[in-house]
Order: sequence, then C-alpha cells, then structure tokens
Amino acid sequence: MTSPTCNTSAPFHDPTWSARLEPLLASGRRCGADLVEFFLERTDHLSLLAEQELITSVSPSFGMGAGIRVFRGHRDGFVSTNDLTPAGLMRALEQALAMLGLESSAAAPMGSFDGLPPLRDHGTVKGDWLDRCPSLADASGRLLQGTALLDRHGSHLQARRASYSRSWQDVLVVASDGTHCRDIRLHQTVGLSVIAADGDHRASLSRRYGTTDNPDDLRDWDCEAAARDLGDSTATMLRADFVEAGQYPVVLANRFGGVIFHEACGHLLETTQVERGTTPFADKVGEPIAHGAVTAIDEGMTGGAFGSLAMDDEGMEPQRSVLIENGILRRFLSDRAGELRTGHARTGSGRRQSHAFAAASRMRNTYIAPGPHQPQDLIASIDRGLYCKTMGGGSVGPTGQFNFAVEEGYQIENGRLTKPVKGATLIGEAKEVMPKISMCADDLDLAAGFCGSVSGSIYVTVGQPHIKVDAITVGGR
Amino acid sequence: MTTTTPATTGLDAAALRDRLNTLASAAGIQQWDLGAACSTDSSVQVDRGEPKQLKGAQRSAITVRVWNSDQRIGITSTSDLSDAGLARALEGAKAASAFGNPEETPAFSPLAQAPLPVLDQPLREPLGILSLLATLKDAEADLLARHPAIGTVPYNGLAERSSDRLYLNSEGACRQQSLTTASLYLYARAEEAGRKPRSSGAVRLAYGAADLDVAGCVAEAAERTIAHLDYGPIPTGHYTCVFSPEAFLDLIGAFSSLFNARAVLDGISLSTRESLGTPLAVPFLSIHDNGLHPANIGAAAFDGEGTPTRRLALVEGGILQNFLHSEATARAFGVAPTGHAGMGAKVSVSPDWFEISATPGQGGAASGLNRFARGAAGRDRADGGSGAGLVVIDSLSALHAGVKASQGSFSLPFDGWWIQDGEQRSIEAATVAGDIRQLLRSLVGFEGAGKVTPAGLSPWVWVEDLAVTGDA
Repeated sequence: MTSPTCNTSAPFHDPTWSARLEPLLASGRRCGADLVEFFLERTDHLSLLAEQELITSVSPSFGMGAGIRVFRGHRDGFVSTNDLTPAGLMRALEQALAMLGLESSAAAPMGSFDGLPPLRDHGTVKGDWLDRCPSLADASGRLLQGTALLDRHGSHLQARRASYSRSWQDVLVVASDGTHCRDIRLHQTVGLSVIAADGDHRASLSRRYGTTDNPDDLRDWDCEAAARDLGDSTATMLRADFVEAGQYPVVLANRFGGVIFHEACGHLLETTQVERGTTPFADKVGEPIAHGAVTAIDEGMTGGAFGSLAMDDEGMEPQRSVLIENGILRRFLSDRAGELRTGHARTGSGRRQSHAFAAASRMRNTYIAPGPHQPQDLIASIDRGLYCKTMGGGSVGPTGQFNFAVEEGYQIENGRLTKPVKGATLIGEAKEVMPKISMCADDLDLAAGFCGSVSGSIYVTVGQPHIKVDAITVGGR
Repeated sequence: MTTTTPATTGLDAAALRDRLNTLASAAGIQQWDLGAACSTDSSVQVDRGEPKQLKGAQRSAITVRVWNSDQRIGITSTSDLSDAGLARALEGAKAASAFGNPEETPAFSPLAQAPLPVLDQPLREPLGILSLLATLKDAEADLLARHPAIGTVPYNGLAERSSDRLYLNSEGACRQQSLTTASLYLYARAEEAGRKPRSSGAVRLAYGAADLDVAGCVAEAAERTIAHLDYGPIPTGHYTCVFSPEAFLDLIGAFSSLFNARAVLDGISLSTRESLGTPLAVPFLSIHDNGLHPANIGAAAFDGEGTPTRRLALVEGGILQNFLHSEATARAFGVAPTGHAGMGAKVSVSPDWFEISATPGQGGAASGLNRFARGAAGRDRADGGSGAGLVVIDSLSALHAGVKASQGSFSLPFDGWWIQDGEQRSIEAATVAGDIRQLLRSLVGFEGAGKVTPAGLSPWVWVEDLAVTGDA
C-alpha cells in the first residue's frame, strides 16, 4: 500500500485525508472485514476556575487521535491511537483486524470497497467558532463577576466558585459502507458553587448551565440570575432538617428533575443494555411499561441543547425518537453495533467521549413530554410527601435499580410546600416506578448534564415538566 | 524490578528533556517542568461465550508547566508529542501564565531529586489479546456454571497494560517509572423465577495477566451473587451496621477531603488547620495512606511533582495527625510535601491507598465481636438485645451523588444483608445515611484481619446506630 504525503495537521475537510484513508478501508475489506470505520478527532479544550476574587486555575489542552473499529459478523475489534500518521493508522488497523483473526494473508473472503463519496461536511459554517469563543481575559472576567455576585446574593458563604469549560472537537468519520462526514462540535458549560456554614449548619449547592454550538454562550449567560438563584437556595438549605425516611409520593421539578427518567428508564432503552441482557424492557416493544400519562422522547436536534449534534459519532444524522408513547414502549436507542446485534434500527445515537472509546447507543436530549396539569395541581394532590426542587446525580445498576440524590427538597403537607429538607436519596426499580408517574404538568424545560457510561462521559440534556410519582422510597435519616 | 529503571518502551526521558530545553529556550522560558505518560492497553469482554468487544489502545500525554517572569504559572496538556505539539504546548502554557494565581504559585518540590523508594514491581510480558479472550471465556463459563440462577455476566473484562510515566524539570530532576498491570472484573446477574434479578461481582489486580487469581475472582463473584438471591425487605430504622472492607474504604475515600490540605486551604474540607492534633474518631482507629504497601498493585514511586511517595499517618489513636500535601500546600503549612500531588496550575492533592487498622493498645481490634455469620449470639451482642438485628453493608453505590463531603453527610444505596433471629437474608433495596464525623465516633470495633482490596486494606468495621431506609 502506498500513502500520500503525511500531514497530520491538515484540516479534516482537506481531500488528502480521504486519499489517505481510502486505501486503509480497502485493505481492511480485502482482509475480510465486513466493515471498517475510522473516527478521527482534534480537540481544543479550556477550563478555568475562579475562587473568591482570584482565578486559581487555567487549564488549556489540545490533542488528536483516532479510533479504528472493525466488524466481522457480530464481533468487533477496536483500537485507539494518538498517532495519525499513515503508518500509525495502518498499525492500529492491523491490530484491530488481528483481534478478529483477520490478516492480509488470511484465506478469508475478500470484501470490496467502492471508494468514499464526497465529504458531507457539517462543519463548513463552523470554522470560526473557536476564534469566536471568549478569550482567556474575557472568560476570566466573567467568572470573577460570578463569584462577586455570589458574594452579593449569598450569606454565610465559606467558599465561592465559578468555573467555565470549553470543549471544541473537529471530527471526521469514514467507513467502508460509504460514510464520509465531518463535523465541528462546541460545548461550553459554566457553573457556580458555594459552601455555606453557620455553626454546625452547612450547605453546599451548585448550578451548572451548558449549551452546544453557541460561541457566545458565556457572554449570553445570565450571571446575575444564576447567582441570585443559588444564593436564595443556599440560604434556604443552610438550616434545613434532614428528610424523614420512608415511602412517599413525590413531585419532581422540571429541568434537572428529568434525571429520574434518564436513570430509571432511559439507560434501559439503549441497545447496549439489550445486548447485555440487563434491561427488563428488551421484549416489551408495543407493550405498556409506564403510566399512560408518560410520553418520553430522545432526540439530538433541539437548537443549542447540550445533547444536540449534527451527526452522531458514527456519522448518522440524529433523529427524534419517541421512546414511550402514552405509556407504550415504542423503540430503543441504537447504534451501529446495536443494530447489528439486536436488530433495532440505528437512531443516530452512536456516541463516545473521544476517539479512545468505541461508540455505543447513548441518550442525547431526553425528556418526558408535557402533560395537561399545572405544577401546583401535582403538589395539591398530596397530603404528605416530598417536593424535589433540584436534583444531584444518580445512577442505575445492572438489575435496573436506580438512585439519585435530592439537592434541594421541601416537605409537602396537606397539598402545600412547607419546610426545606436535605439528605434525601430516591431509590427504586424502573419497572416499578414508571407506572407510578401519574401526573405530568405543562412546564417542560431542559437542563444540561453529563452522562458517564460504557463509551465514556458525554454531553446530554435531561428534562421534564413537573411530574408526580405516586410512591417511591426516600432514603434519609 | 524497581520503579527507577528506565522505560523499556515509549518515553525517552533524555531526548524529551533535550527537546524541551531547546524549545523552552527558543520561547524565552527559563523555568518549566513536565509530566508525561504513555501506555499500551489490550482488553476483552465476552458475552455468553462469544467475544463482545476486543480493544487496544496506544496513548500518550504530556502536561507542561512554565513560570513567567512574575513567577506566575501556566500549564497546557496535549497528546501531541511531536516538536510542533510540544512547542504549541509551551506557547499555550506561557499564555496561560499571564492568568496565574498571584497569591499561590507552586514551586518545584524540594524533594523532586530526593531518592525514590524501591518497589518490587515485576514487569510482565503481555499475553496478547487472544490469550486474554480465551481466559475470560473460560472464567465466564465457570461463573455461569456455579448456579442455575446466574444467567449472564453482563459486566466483565480482562485487561493488560504496560505504561511509562516520567517527571522532568528545568533544574535537572528526572523521574521515570515503568509498570505492567492486569485486571479482571466479573459482575454476574442472577434471577430466579418470579423474583427480582440480583447482581454482584469481584475484581482482581496483578502485575501481569498470567498472575491474576482468576479462580478466586470467579469464586468470589459467584459467592457474592448467590448470597443475594434470597432477599427480603428491611424495615426503616436505626441499626448497628457492619461495613465490609470494600464498603468502608469507599466511604473513607469519599470523605478524604478530611485529610486533604488543598481542601483545607480552600475551605471545602470539614477539617481546618486547627484540626490537627484533635480527636476525629474513636481512640482505636488508625488510618494511614500507604501507596507503597506491597499489595498495592501499580503503586507510584513519585507523585505529579516528582516527590517520592511514602506511608503517612493520617489518624492514630483517633487523633488527626497529618494532612496530604502537594508542594504548595506543604509550604503553606510549613511541612514537607507528602507525595500526593497531581500536576496542574492549581495542584490537586489526592489520597493513594488507605490502611485502616486498630491503634495498638487502644482496643477495638477484634474486641470480642463475634462473626456476624455465627448468627444469634453475635447478633444479640451486636444490637444490644434490641431485636432490630444487624445490617451488613457489602457494597455502597452512587457515592458520586450521595456523599456531601463538605457537609459530612451521606445517603447511599447499598447491597447487604440483614441478620435477625440468627438468620441472614439479603436486603432487597435500602439506603444507609449518616454523618461521617458521627460515624467515626460511633465505631464499635473491628473484625477479622485486614483484607486487601484495590482501594486499600481494611478489616470489617462495626458502627452503631446508623439510619437505614428500607421498603418493608
């Protein structure tokens, strides 16, 4: 095989890349691979931290790498490397082929490769995004404004922090099935956090905001509103009592309340879980798995949302996938391997943290659709229960048991919110809790988050309107 | 054989130092340091006898720090080790240094050229991915055969890695460590007709894949999974709890900001400067950080600033003795760095490997507590005859979400058993909640010899009066 002149710094829309990669795809096919895929990326990240009146950390990073995946039957081999030279990519390809017992001298059936079609370039209009992002000086100034506003809006604050992270990624995906596309992604997130202390009372709360594909995100951020919101919540929670443990009806607020669906059900609707045999819903398509009040959607198209993308990490454009419709399971989220191994059609959900991970079926913007009620209706329907205004993180285990932490909670008594409570953890099982989501309000809103799973940590959106769960175990003291 | 031997693959320290000197000089940078790492990994997963995914990776990464003329620091990280990449990294670090914190500038560690500890870390040849695959398939088959209820092993993996890491600075410090490691994890899922699925597993580490205790991992995964098949609800209440070594080490790790000088200086720790020398726990508790323990597979001989690692007493006789330090925090406290630093503009500090033990002469160790498995006798003593029974916490979940380290509170789901009236039964679903300071003062005693786990060494730990929420 001959290679064109190596220039690993050439932009991914430069035709030398297709000229460089086509022989590798052909080589893989000739060795008997059913499909050969290259995922190439360049990254440029920046993170800043402000504490009190100082910038205390500025951490730029940049890099490049490739993930090479080879399929043969239902099996696949994956190799990642930081070496984008032709020799480095060839070495990685040969290693991936060898994992499946494929070599150029093997007597395997020869596969054909017809060459790559013209590049489908989603990044054409995004070339100046990185330059349009805030400079170090601008970003630093904005964060220091944030910590100053926290000081103004908070009380008893022991620590004030503002953080900013900008992630820029230039991606090229090529595969022997003719996939040939490129995109530029830009994710920015800004957060505020505080620790308040007064005698034995302590509270630590945070807020995080994030968008995709908006270079002006940090400039557009309503720093004042964010600081005021966090200051108010911290003052409330500083002297909150610990929640009383037990089984209660709960109302989960909109926005990050959507983490309940993400953890309790969303992960179980990824074909990754079908492959593993760890979802109780594998054979339930067309059957009720949730209360009739629940319609749930996953999509990658909402403008600016953290989980939106022009193409997934396998080069497929995203779709709007109705997962559950009026309680009936409609479909699973699927990637290339998921389609191959489970038969569920791809949904543009193949995602990965970086070239170092093979893509897997993952959520994007996932939310419960709005219902007919007002948020107050849900609270008014409960004699004694818990209102979860803001949620912390959560997780789901291999048996479908999920959990998540409540950061800011309030007791519900006789249909009204009363005292603030802290230290609550909600636990349950997907099959049991989904039929108990009995009321959905009309105030759908989304929140940015990060999801860690088999293909690394990715940007996602969770969301929902206010919802009522008829009963759930509330862990506390 | 030792951590100070030159790398056998990957990083050429002398060449990298020469390149950095040349590039830094051209950029007008007088003071710099660098941390670099490269690794080669192979891993396999299987699914009911079939290969699920075979993975390989070659990784490289460096972080450079530079000091500008105002002695402010800037950093940049990259995976591009070409001359162009290194030059760009130096430029980026120089630009970032303009925004360095004027009130706290890390310096070179005074111990960056001190002698390193000698570790017995054999370098193993990789077995290769096809050999790993055969071993894992056999292990999975063995585990599936252990009980008819075990239907799958949904989380499994066998991996081997060889890596090099180094630290260089412009004053001539040069640290390098080569290492090979291997890991095996098996998490089985078991389900009986009409009952909920249950899951548990085991992990093993070694210097090479051929050294892994595969049979022990299979046996432990099977035993733990089967033990949870007979489950039932537990009433919400307060119980005496017994933490497994793994669970207690997880909990201490989640609250390690108690011992972290960086967190103390930042005001996000429950400890303060004045906490040193004051009681933190019952008098018989000792906690050491000891990355150099021979059972710590993959121990580092030096930290991100080149400081040698060492055993450090954090708590002895229940008294807080020391904090973990970087160069900058050590300087602020007037002590020596302890070998727990990362590398960054703001240098992080983190624990390495905990040893939990009884302070000699203070009681606590095997202080007459019967093994919980002995049934009623042990239980009656444990719960004071209240009849509530005893809760054994086998493993904790969701520590990232359920721990509020700066508040001291935790509320965590767990897998475990409830022992009552001489019978032991797996708990269907429950959380345990409390305050870490209260918990450390409520230890009843230790049971058994310390068990080595990937996170450290600990005996079983008995704690009084913890809130458990069940769904009975």
